[in-house]
Amino acid sequence: MASASKKKKSVRKAAQPKRAARGKRDGGTLLLVATRKGAWLYRGDAARRKWQSDGPHFLGHIISHVMLDPRDRRTLLAAAKTGHLGPTVFRSTDFGRTWKEAAKPPAFAKAPEGQKGRAVDHTFWLTPAHANEPEVWYAGTSPQGLFRSEDGGITWEPFSTINDDPQYRIWMGSVQDGTPDGPKLHSIIIDPRNPAHLYFGMSGGGVHESLDAGRTWTPLLQGLDVVEGFDRSTASFHDPHCIRLCPSNPDRLYQQNHCGIYRLDRPSNEWVRIGKAMPKKVGDVGFPMVVHPRDDKAVWVFPMDGQTVWPRTTIEGKPCVYGTRNGGKTWQRLDAGLPENQAWWTVKRQAMTADAHDPVGLYFGTTSGELWMSRDEGRQWGILARHLPEIYAVETAQTQ
Amino acid sequence: MKVLIPGPLRSYTSVREVDADGETLGAVLADLDQRYPGLRFRMIDEQDKMRPHIRFFVNGEQTFDLAHPLGPADSVQIVQALSGG
Repeated sequence: MASASKKKKSVRKAAQPKRAARGKRDGGTLLLVATRKGAWLYRGDAARRKWQSDGPHFLGHIISHVMLDPRDRRTLLAAAKTGHLGPTVFRSTDFGRTWKEAAKPPAFAKAPEGQKGRAVDHTFWLTPAHANEPEVWYAGTSPQGLFRSEDGGITWEPFSTINDDPQYRIWMGSVQDGTPDGPKLHSIIIDPRNPAHLYFGMSGGGVHESLDAGRTWTPLLQGLDVVEGFDRSTASFHDPHCIRLCPSNPDRLYQQNHCGIYRLDRPSNEWVRIGKAMPKKVGDVGFPMVVHPRDDKAVWVFPMDGQTVWPRTTIEGKPCVYGTRNGGKTWQRLDAGLPENQAWWTVKRQAMTADAHDPVGLYFGTTSGELWMSRDEGRQWGILARHLPEIYAVETAQTQ
Repeated sequence: MKVLIPGPLRSYTSVREVDADGETLGAVLADLDQRYPGLRFRMIDEQDKMRPHIRFFVNGEQTFDLAHPLGPADSVQIVQALSGG
């Protein structure tokens, strides 16, 4: 552990990852870890006690997201760039043994002569589309843009209704209005009951919904707070960090926002700030939001210090996960096994996730390059890998 | 003409120096993209702007103009700026 001075006695020994034979498709859980310097895959056995590491892939590339297509359980997409080269998407159909670059990565439309156009700095978010739309993927970029592929990620086309819409361009603002790593379009969500029902979030720029496959969009901002002194009716001032839809109840969404933790129960359009029930000294600022695969009342967050100049560290150097089992009425601190103090990292919005096992496994990657896991829904934590580059995203997938 | 490829882009070309044709720098880059698909977009964005850390030289002289004329005897050097940490 890089920065923690000591750990609690209850820390479980983490299985030392062994190197896996690339391309070998074993059962169990697959972890897809995207970092500032490349991507790693971790394959766990059915008990999630033995893990095999496979990486680095794309050493030196900034990997924002790696996703496995749950529809075919073999296609991987990786959003990549380097510090010097432009952005691209890599694709593998053999579990990462070989990768091929997208023939046409996400890119904005060329601006008419004399007008200033936008250029994708990096693809930030990848979402496989509806189960009934095989080969279709969505991508969110920085600066904010929405893109769609209909051939499994080989070619990408911009969604002009967002990318070139005058009102949305105002809400997106400029690069100067975004986060330190650039403004982002993220949390692209497809209603599992209806491929035409979509959501996404923009940091900044708010939460938006489409009921017609993206032809028209409506802001979904009611009930959300903004920084004091700003107009909450203006989408520009809204900063959703991560939005998740409950697989067990697609009418329920949770959101970790710059200004709190929220729940939305459709058909209502009003977000409810459930983060007010968090302990005052912890608050309800953070980046990731994780939902239980089968229980729409159970979610987890990773609180972060968002005071004064936004240190974006753990609070007082004491990492903790908070979970609720009742939809946010009450929260429990889940820090057994995590460093007790002097651990000044944090967890980014894509870097915490859950698997589909029972009990649910939770995973998060830190800005200091550690990969943590819990096999029992957060009651006990252990370290799975350390000394990785800064972790940007962690996803899980079932491989059989 | 000969085109010098910087290290980070040799995953596309496999070699340090390649041949390409074109009467302008832009045309040479388009020809390179035909030969090595995806190469151009890593250097030139969708608005036809050179990316911030990629530099182009013709016969040793830096140019920022994709319309820069080229002849068969010219040589193009593509350089990745030394920056970052």
